[in-house]
Amino acid sequence: MNRLPRRLLIALAIGPTLGLVVFYAWPFITLVVEAVDATVIIDTLGRASTWEVVWFTAWQAVASTAVTIAVGLAPAYVLARYEFRGRTVIVGLLTAMFVLPTVVMGAAFLAMLPDSLDRTVWAVIGAHVVFNLAVVVRVVGSLWEHLPTDMEAAAATLGASRWKVATRISLPLVRPAVTAAATIVFLFTFTSYGVIRILAAPGTRTIEVEVWRRATQLGDIGGAAALALLQLAALIAIVSWSTIAQRRHAQAIGLLPTSARRRPRTAGERRFVTLVAGAALLVAAAPLVALVVRSFSTPTGWSTAAWTDLGQTEIRPGIRIGIDPVDAVVNSLINAAWATAFAVVIGALASLAIVGAGRAGRALDGGLMLPLATSAVTIGFGMLITFDTAPVDWRARWWLVPVGHALIAVPFVVRTCVGVLRSVDPAMGDAAATLGASPVRSWRATLVPYLWRPLAVGAALAAAISLGEFGATSFLSRSGSETMPIAIEQLLGRTGSVLQAQGFALATLLAATTVILVVIVERLQSPFTERPRR
Amino acid sequence: MNAAAGDHPGLEVRDVTVSFAVPRAQGRADHDPSDRHLVLDQVSLSVRSGEIVALLGPSGSGKSTLLRVIAGIIVPDSGLVLLHGVDVTERPTHLRGVGMVFQDNQLFPHMSVLDNVAFGPKMAGIARAERAERAVSWLRRVGLAGFEDRRVTELSGGEAKRVALARTLAREPAVVLLDEPLTGLDRELHDRLAIELGALLRDANVTTLLVTHDHDEAATIADRTEQLAGLRP
Repeated sequence: MNRLPRRLLIALAIGPTLGLVVFYAWPFITLVVEAVDATVIIDTLGRASTWEVVWFTAWQAVASTAVTIAVGLAPAYVLARYEFRGRTVIVGLLTAMFVLPTVVMGAAFLAMLPDSLDRTVWAVIGAHVVFNLAVVVRVVGSLWEHLPTDMEAAAATLGASRWKVATRISLPLVRPAVTAAATIVFLFTFTSYGVIRILAAPGTRTIEVEVWRRATQLGDIGGAAALALLQLAALIAIVSWSTIAQRRHAQAIGLLPTSARRRPRTAGERRFVTLVAGAALLVAAAPLVALVVRSFSTPTGWSTAAWTDLGQTEIRPGIRIGIDPVDAVVNSLINAAWATAFAVVIGALASLAIVGAGRAGRALDGGLMLPLATSAVTIGFGMLITFDTAPVDWRARWWLVPVGHALIAVPFVVRTCVGVLRSVDPAMGDAAATLGASPVRSWRATLVPYLWRPLAVGAALAAAISLGEFGATSFLSRSGSETMPIAIEQLLGRTGSVLQAQGFALATLLAATTVILVVIVERLQSPFTERPRR
Repeated sequence: MNAAAGDHPGLEVRDVTVSFAVPRAQGRADHDPSDRHLVLDQVSLSVRSGEIVALLGPSGSGKSTLLRVIAGIIVPDSGLVLLHGVDVTERPTHLRGVGMVFQDNQLFPHMSVLDNVAFGPKMAGIARAERAERAVSWLRRVGLAGFEDRRVTELSGGEAKRVALARTLAREPAVVLLDEPLTGLDRELHDRLAIELGALLRDANVTTLLVTHDHDEAATIADRTEQLAGLRP
C-alpha cells in the first residue's frame, strides 16, 4: 500500500548487484574453475613445500593468538574496570594500532627491533600481537564492562583470594568473549600477508604469501588457486567451530546496562593498574615511535634527508631505483579518491535498496559482505586471472585498482549506513503519508536525509582502507604506478640505509594519514566498531 | 575468636565515614574535582555475638554501603570495623570471615547449584567429599533438597534467594550480612521466607546484620531494629 515502487528499488539495486557479479562473483568462479582440476590438486597437495607452508601458517597463527590473548587479558580487565588518567589515550592508541595498514605495522616492527630479530618469526608474532591487542581489549573488555562487579565481591566474601576470584569467576565468565576474540585474531593472523611480506624470513611463508608467490613470481596459477581454496576451506571450518563453541558456552548472565568503572582504591590496586596501563602504553607506542625515529636516523647521525629527498629517485648520479616515493603518494591519493567515490556511490545505493526491500534486500546485504570474508589476496588474484583477455583485458586500466579497493570498502560503507537507516522510526514515514506525501516523497523526506552522516563515516573508512590496502594491490598494481604500501614494501626490501629511511618516512606518512582518517570517523560516529584493514 | 572470649561485640562499626567522588558534570566549567558526596557520616553500630539486628532506612541512605564496608568491599575514608574486638578495617574481604547475601544474589552462572554452595568450603580448602556433603546438608536446611545439579539460571526468585543464603551459611562465617534479602519476592513468599530466615539464622546462632526498608520484615526476623539515621553522633 504505502510501499516504495518496485522500479525504484530495482534501479537502486542494479548497480551494486552488477558490480558484485562482475568484480567479485565472476573472478571467484574463475578461481574455482582454475583450481578444480585433479592433476593440479594432487600435484599441489603432494608437494612437501605446500605442507611446510600450511604448517608455518597454522603454528604462527596459533602462537600469535595465544600470546595476544595472554597479553591482552590484563589490559582488557584494567581498561574495562578502572577509571584513571590516560585511560582513553591508551584505548585510542590500541585502536589506532589495530587500524594501521599491515605494511605500516611491519615497517614499525622492522624499525623497532634490532637487526638480529628482524625478519624472524618472533618479529612476525610480535607485530601480530600488537596489531590485535585491541581485539582482546574491545571484545573481552566490553563483556567485562557489563558484568556485575558484585559477583567478584561475592566470591571474595566466600573466601576466594584475588587469584581465585580471577581464575574461578572472572575468567570463566568471559570465556565466550575470549573464544570470540581468539577466533578473530586467529583469522587475521592465519591470513596474514603484509606483515609477513615485510617481516618474515625468505623461507617462511603463509598460505597468502605462497598464493602471491606462485601466482606472480612462479606463474603457477593452478597451484595458487588450489592453495587459495584450501585456505578458504580452512577458514570456513574454523568459523563454524568457533560459532558452535561460543553457543555451547553461552550462559545467561545478568548484564548491567552501563559500566561501573571506578578509580583504583588500595595501594595494591593502584600498582596493578599503573603497571598494566604502563605496559600497554609502551607496547603500543614503541613501534610507532621507532618508525618516526628511524625515518630521521642515518648511519652518520640525525638527518631529515629521507623526508626532503623523498622525490629524488637517483641514489647516486645516474642510478635509478625504479621506485618513486612521491609518485607513490600521488598514485595512492588518486586511487583513494576514486575508490572512495566508487564505494560511496555503490554503498549508498545498496544501503537504500537493502533497507527498502525485504528479503531481496537481505540477499544483497549478504552478497556485499562476501568480499569481507574473502582474503584480499584471493580477491586480487581472482581479478588478475579474470580480466586478462580481450574483451575484458582490464589489467592496464587505471580504474582496476580503485575498483578492487572499493570492493573491500563497500561492506564498511553498507554496515555504517544500514545501521543508521534501520534505526529511523518508520512511523515518521507513516506521518508523512497521512500528510499527503506519496511513498517516494515520504521516503525522500524521512529516510534519505539520514544517509549523509553515515555516508561521510563510510567515505573516511573507504579512504583509509584504500590508502593502506596491500593484499589485492600487490596483484593489480602495475610497475610505474605503485601505491604507498607497495613502495614501502619495496623500499624496505632493499639494502641501503637511505632507501630504508625513505621507507620508514613513507610508512610514517601513511600511518599519520590513516590515524587522522580514523579520528575523523571516531568524531563522526561513536562508538566505532568496524574494522578497516587489509 | 569465639563469642565467649570476652565482652567484645561480634561486630562493631566505629565512626565510619564514606564519600564518593561526584561524577563530573558534562560540559560544566565550574566542576571541582574535590567535590565529594558524603554517603556515610561517622556511623557507629554494635551487634552482640549471635544477635540479629535489622538496619532500617530509606533507599539511597547508605545502608548497602555500610554492609560493603563491613565486608571489606569498600574501604572507608575513616573509621574502624571490628570483629570480636579485632580491627579488620584493612583486612581483605576473603580473609575476614564475613558472609554476605547480595540483593541480587550474585550466584555464579557458570556453576551448578551444588558448586555454588560448595564454593566457600572449597576456598577454605575442605576436601571434595566433605564439602559436597556440607553443601547438600545446607541445601536441605533451606528446603532445596534435590536441587544440587540444577543450573542457577533456571531457578525461581525464591529458590535463588535460598541458594544464596545456603552458599553464605555453608562457609560458616562469623558474621552474616543480608542486603535487602527479601525485596522483589511476592507477598506470600516474602512472609513465609521471612519467618524461615529468622529461624534459620537463630538456629545457626550467627551474628547478623540485615538491611531492609520494610518494618514488618525487620520485626519478623530481627532481635533489634536500628534506624541508620540514628547511628550518627
